[in-house]
Amino acid sequence: MSPKAQERLLYLISPIGLIALWQLLLMAGIGDRRFIPAPSDIAWRYWQMLRSGELETNSLVTLYRIFAGFFIGSIPAIVVGLLMAMFRPVRIFFDPLIATLFPIPKIALMPLLLLAFGFGDASKIALVVIAVFFPVVINTYVGAANIERIYWDVAKNYGASQSVIFRRIVFFGALPMIFAGLRIALAVSFIVLVAAEFVATKTGIGYLIWNSWELLQVDVMFVGIVTVGVLGLIATAILQEIERKVIPWKTE
Amino acid sequence: MAVQRRGAAIEIAGLRREYRSGQASDLGSVVAIEHIDLRVAPGEFLCIVGPSGCGKSTLLRILAGLDRQTAGTIVVDAAGWAVENAMVFQESGLFPWMSVATNVRFGLDTRGVPRAEADARVEAALKLVGLTRFRNHYPHQLSGGMRQRCAIARAFVTDPGMLLMDEPFAALDAQNRVLLQTELVRLWEQTGKTVIYITHSIEEALLMGDRTVIMTAHPGRIKQIINVPFPHPRDLLQLSASPEFGKLKLDIWRVLEEEVNRARAEMEK
Repeated sequence: MSPKAQERLLYLISPIGLIALWQLLLMAGIGDRRFIPAPSDIAWRYWQMLRSGELETNSLVTLYRIFAGFFIGSIPAIVVGLLMAMFRPVRIFFDPLIATLFPIPKIALMPLLLLAFGFGDASKIALVVIAVFFPVVINTYVGAANIERIYWDVAKNYGASQSVIFRRIVFFGALPMIFAGLRIALAVSFIVLVAAEFVATKTGIGYLIWNSWELLQVDVMFVGIVTVGVLGLIATAILQEIERKVIPWKTE
Repeated sequence: MAVQRRGAAIEIAGLRREYRSGQASDLGSVVAIEHIDLRVAPGEFLCIVGPSGCGKSTLLRILAGLDRQTAGTIVVDAAGWAVENAMVFQESGLFPWMSVATNVRFGLDTRGVPRAEADARVEAALKLVGLTRFRNHYPHQLSGGMRQRCAIARAFVTDPGMLLMDEPFAALDAQNRVLLQTELVRLWEQTGKTVIYITHSIEEALLMGDRTVIMTAHPGRIKQIINVPFPHPRDLLQLSASPEFGKLKLDIWRVLEEEVNRARAEMEK
């Protein structure tokens, strides 16, 4: 097995091990299966919901909101973060805004966004946009601000214009940190979106979880939770794969 | 065949650079260099030697346009050259996110050299330093010596009137250093560019340069300028083993020894 394949296997061991432990404990009679369904119960329910198309519909809705929000939020965040590192006035302008808005729990903005965008997808996407923006802008700024001085010196000595410095030095120099920010943002976007879907919609995985709570269908609730985890895992894996392609110079 | 000396001419007069420390003026300022008067002839290979803190890097950074003097003037005549200067940095300063070829090309892209011409020039520069096969490698995949070759190619390809080199081979092992010194001198002998080469090694300075400027620290001043009498083209290995070279080195060490002892005595007072 190649070292890369070994790494990927190791990557799967911890979640699988956790599930196995859970199943064994319930089969041993530890825990009440009516309130804590075993992984096998959840898997059975999962299968049924997959066949009925219920899971697919709701997953696609949630994924659509995540990815729309993720792209709309992270692209301006990267641009602003780079500009903040390059130009002092930009930094001074954005610093207090970020310091004020970043600590606000983004879900607290949901009622406001419902007022502004209504009950459709737009309000949920807007929430993800806002939640994604902050980790990406902060990581991008830190990454760009910590580019070693020698690279600025080389760029200047070799006659680079501001636009060349922006596109070819600051952006690439910050890229590893940008990806660190994107990874956090991806997790954050799942967190806020599922919470938003509890209350403000009739579709999506978050709705599925909340609705099953109201109907006391604990296994469905777990199917929803597992689905969020699996979608998050897949999305993160895809992002890491993109990172590997985009940052070939990164030594591991 | 004598070297065709065609590079930029430099005239430095009364150069001074101080750094103000902090806000309180009573803390004063640190004088990095002062009273620097220096003339560099077209195509001269000039080495600057001195202890750390003597301001030799400051001088080079001012020449490179990366720092500005507090007082004094620098006049550079680089007529007929595509760019005035190009610098080779201590740790190569190659962009880790660009391949070897893209790094070499950088100074051509920034100056808007047409694509076809840039391609040809990059190709020639890579060939010159023997990196053609490594054109698509990233810097972290290269050895230290190859990285510095790449940095030299990046400087040469822009066709500068003078090369500014800040201890470019200091981080290399002994064998690689000798190899790169030889290659650099060969390149210089072929192109006749002006070279300002900073080093902390007197031996390296005498081996490669036409003249060696010895600087003292705190503040950085020129102590002495030595004319190195060996003609170019040089065979560096042979030269380094010759008795004449040994004698010159010894003479200079004697001068420096006095300086070191004087400085030490002053500190102990």
